[in-house]
Amino acid sequence: MSLLELQDVTASYGQGSVLHGISLSLAEHGATGILGANGAGKTTTLRAISGTVRTTGRILFDGRDISGLGPDRTARLGIAHVPEGRGTLPQLSVRENLLVGAYQRRDRKQIATDVDYCLDLFPQLQQRIASHAAALSGGEQQMLAVARAFMAKPRLMLLDEASLGLAPSTARHVYEAVRRLRRETGLSMLVVEQNAVLAFSVVEHVTVLETGRVTVEGRTDELMGMDSVRRAYLGG
Amino acid sequence: MSYFVQLVVDGLATGSIYGALALAIVLVNRSTGMINFSQGALAVLSTFVAYAVVQAGGPLLLGLVVAVAFGVVLGAVLERLVVRRFEGGDPNTAVVATIGLLVLVSGIAGAIWSYDPRAFPSLFPNETLALGGVFVSVRSLGTTAVLVAVMVALQLLFRATKLGLAMRAVADNPGSSALSGLPVSRLLMLGWGIAAGLGAVAGVLVAPQLFISPTMLDFTLVYALAAAILGGLDSPLGAVVAGWFIGVVENLAGAYVDVIGNDLKIAVPFAAMIVVLVLRPQGLFGRRTVVRV
Ligand SMILES: Nc1ncnc2c1ncn2[C@@H]1O[C@H](COP(=O)(O)OP(=O)(O)OP(=O)(O)O)[C@@H](O)[C@H]1O
Ligand SMILES: [Mg+2]
Repeated sequence: MSLLELQDVTASYGQGSVLHGISLSLAEHGATGILGANGAGKTTTLRAISGTVRTTGRILFDGRDISGLGPDRTARLGIAHVPEGRGTLPQLSVRENLLVGAYQRRDRKQIATDVDYCLDLFPQLQQRIASHAAALSGGEQQMLAVARAFMAKPRLMLLDEASLGLAPSTARHVYEAVRRLRRETGLSMLVVEQNAVLAFSVVEHVTVLETGRVTVEGRTDELMGMDSVRRAYLGG
Repeated sequence: MSYFVQLVVDGLATGSIYGALALAIVLVNRSTGMINFSQGALAVLSTFVAYAVVQAGGPLLLGLVVAVAFGVVLGAVLERLVVRRFEGGDPNTAVVATIGLLVLVSGIAGAIWSYDPRAFPSLFPNETLALGGVFVSVRSLGTTAVLVAVMVALQLLFRATKLGLAMRAVADNPGSSALSGLPVSRLLMLGWGIAAGLGAVAGVLVAPQLFISPTMLDFTLVYALAAAILGGLDSPLGAVVAGWFIGVVENLAGAYVDVIGNDLKIAVPFAAMIVVLVLRPQGLFGRRTVVRV
């Protein structure tokens, strides 16, 4: 059984729908990339899953229909959404951000171990551990957002354009950490990216969205071979 | 000299009252990011509940407990039913909404209990201690002791507990907090609830001195707001120290600076507030916020 399955999902922000019947499925421990142009509905797809936009259709997580549940409920079920534009709590320190991430957990000892793991994953955060998140650089904030999501010990991480606004080397650095996170914890992921090269470094499946519909999907190596995909997302 | 010390001690006593209400304002700000102008009115309504218990023949301590419970529920319900609609929107609208609540809640108290001030019993004996030529009322000592205890408890709540961390997270960014599984709605209600319960304590402490009426805390609220802002808006310790500071400065200026006298006394804390904020925009104890766009 797949960990996550979207069946004919639509979503709207009020007026018309912006997703027109999306279906996709993700295996446990799997990672799928979502590619698409600006406004294609990538962010909205993630928001449909975490419950921050109104939807129709079925969204099954671990066999259970989670459509209609709010973000706090889906988070408690094991879905960690790293939103577009970094999800940090600016007035809280780096350490406090990580502890908020672990809010639903009761295993105190393991939480401390996981904080250390995050700091090992992102050594820059170690030096800023007591700073307000607002005082971090964009790259550090993105690292903190990923680390905070990991602190929830989720079963599924939704990562939305973690490279947005970062210098190429910083973006690569973030994605190296994400890849390591996957390798070492087996965390399942949906990875939204404009930068397909970065996405391809983490995922083994890809779904391409165009104006709210799935147009192409398949294994990364299959998509690499498709001219249209190469031209649109891999720069030839 | 002893006249000066007496003025300072009296100033600290009134300052404790400002600090108590300022603590409630800080608590709402810490847990929801708002400034609640109806804090005083909620405290007065809760104090009237204690008054009703006493009128019905109950002991004052029971009245206090009932008033706090009433305050907690009132605060939580108002947050859920009224304030919720304005959260996350324009902060100015939210402020106007709390001013609306101030008028509404005062009006309700006035309709039930009228606007005539009434005597209210004190938790502490009406005695005065002479300490080296300075007179200190037991009431003031009791009020100050309760205030300090509440302040320490709040400081611990925010600094040392998971609940406090969650409340600060929600005040900072509710949407982002929800993504970590925080029960945002309940935490917001709790913040208002605890603050209104705290306001009930403040109301019961001052009512014997001010006499209870729907407008009892109108002036106190103004001073408490000044104290909360002066203290940095997010610091319980800052609110209390600023409350004392304002109480003392007000008293000294009223006594020593002839032109000020009793009429202009009220302007003094604000002059002090402006001076401090010019020198230290984050308030006496507030943390400097770093804004990065
Ligand atoms: N909060 C909102 N209110 C109204 N419409 C919205 C909102 N957010 C997105 N939309 C619309 O929904 C559609 C899909 O947007 P979405 O953010 O999901 O795209 P995206 O693929 O993530 O784009 P990008 O690559 O620019 O992040 C767009 O047409 C957008 O204008
Ligand atoms: Mg997007």
